[in-house]
Amino acid sequence: MSVEERDPVSGYLTTGHVWNGITELNSPVPRIVFAFMVVTHLYALVAWFLLPAWPLGQTFTKGLLGIDQKTAVAADIAAANADRADWMDALATHDFETIRADPDLMARALATAEPLFGQNCQVCHGANGIGGPGYPRLNDNIWVWGGTADEIATTLRVGINADHPDTHFAQMPAFGRDGLLTGTEISVLTDYVQTLGAGVMADDPSDGALLFQTNCAGCHGEDARGISGSGAPNLTDGDWLYGGDATNLRHGLVVGRQGQMPSWQSRLTEAEIRAMALYVEDLSGTAP
Amino acid sequence: MALFKAHYNLEKNSIALVIGIILAASVGGIVEIAPLFTIDETVETLPDMRVYTPLELAGRNIYIREGCYACHSQMIRTLRDEVERYGPYSLAAESQYDHPMLWGSKRTGPDIARLGGKYSDDWHVAHLINPRAVVPTSIMPAYPWLATAPLAVDDLGAHLAALRTLGVPYTDEMIANAPRDAEAQAIPDSAGAAGVTERYGEATTLRRFSGTPRLTEMDAVVAFLQVLGQLTQAPYAPDAMLEQP
Repeated sequence: MSVEERDPVSGYLTTGHVWNGITELNSPVPRIVFAFMVVTHLYALVAWFLLPAWPLGQTFTKGLLGIDQKTAVAADIAAANADRADWMDALATHDFETIRADPDLMARALATAEPLFGQNCQVCHGANGIGGPGYPRLNDNIWVWGGTADEIATTLRVGINADHPDTHFAQMPAFGRDGLLTGTEISVLTDYVQTLGAGVMADDPSDGALLFQTNCAGCHGEDARGISGSGAPNLTDGDWLYGGDATNLRHGLVVGRQGQMPSWQSRLTEAEIRAMALYVEDLSGTAP
Repeated sequence: MALFKAHYNLEKNSIALVIGIILAASVGGIVEIAPLFTIDETVETLPDMRVYTPLELAGRNIYIREGCYACHSQMIRTLRDEVERYGPYSLAAESQYDHPMLWGSKRTGPDIARLGGKYSDDWHVAHLINPRAVVPTSIMPAYPWLATAPLAVDDLGAHLAALRTLGVPYTDEMIANAPRDAEAQAIPDSAGAAGVTERYGEATTLRRFSGTPRLTEMDAVVAFLQVLGQLTQAPYAPDAMLEQP
């Protein structure tokens, strides 16, 4: 193996390796590659001073630019909030009538609420509030806890059977499971409740009517039209949250009903809750 | 140049070259990883952080078994759109009792780091049995067997003991009572319920998660989903977003 031999054509030294007569040159690193390496090192030097870089035991060099992900996201959010401050503040403080009277502000409210509804409400209440089994339809005019923007905002804040201290609370007892009614009585009641679409007849002497007045009227009302704000729905309007067929009615009487809606106060701001209340009111078509 | 000359010589000795490569490659790892164990800011302690109860841990094991992490992340990044959609960004300390961590890197479904308390138990049960029943456009698979499979609780003590060797502060009492506590958390009017609160704190939720009297895997999974983001309240503190390091 010969070293320090110079290739007569290129003028470079050879490595001393020859394969089938092909001599390997010991050519230097190309200048452009070397230049990039130098630039990379210079960039690293600058970055050490500008960006968080060197660990120092319990702390680290913070860099002259002061870049930090936590403060960066906080600043981003603060800037976005400042951008929307004029109308978000108005949504949070003005009364609903003032907001409804201002088309620009109302448009802002609905545009704010729509994605929030999609992210938070739609999984239960369905797209555009069409509801589902056990989850009330919102795009109608039937309300258990009130359908004005004020009442909707309250329901959003406190939830239903939720962990909020002022939550709306309602529970239908498990008449069957807890032995409040016998199987026969439940069958009679199931049949009777299915006839309520025609309304409650005065002085109805049937067993079903007597059972209803003794066990159900306290919450659902003597006329079975429900008591607004008590959580007990109207049973005469043909709108059934859990289904109005015998199987579902019977199941409700046996195991009781205690629907839940979470409290949104800790997840949404006051302005967002009020925008949402207006949006839901708008969905139901009851906006005054 | 002297540098190239030294390298030239290094290349001629294969053992020295291998050692050199190992040294050079490990520098990158060492300077990036080692300081994370010493810098105060990366070793947060949260005063109210609690451990998973046996029932929640059983749910977590089922979550891993069913591969939920392949489509759901549990890591809200420090980006405005993520914070506005999901809630406060994830803190490192929130995962301190997660072995293995389930941060994930793919969101076929949404991030669920702040899922706890967002929807009702009934919704979770209906959704796990058949996602299309509540979300017609969902592409999530159905997991109906969770509602019928009885929950295996006998080995939960061993799970707790294994986690203790990794630094999760489970006490001897927690390990000894694990199967009983798992049952009691899902049956709040049972005799063992007081013990769960006593051992795991007042913030522990005791209820019939699946809505049925029988203890099934559904109870465990729903209990786990309802505690996501709820092991500590630190991320929700109003100044957490603006805290300067």
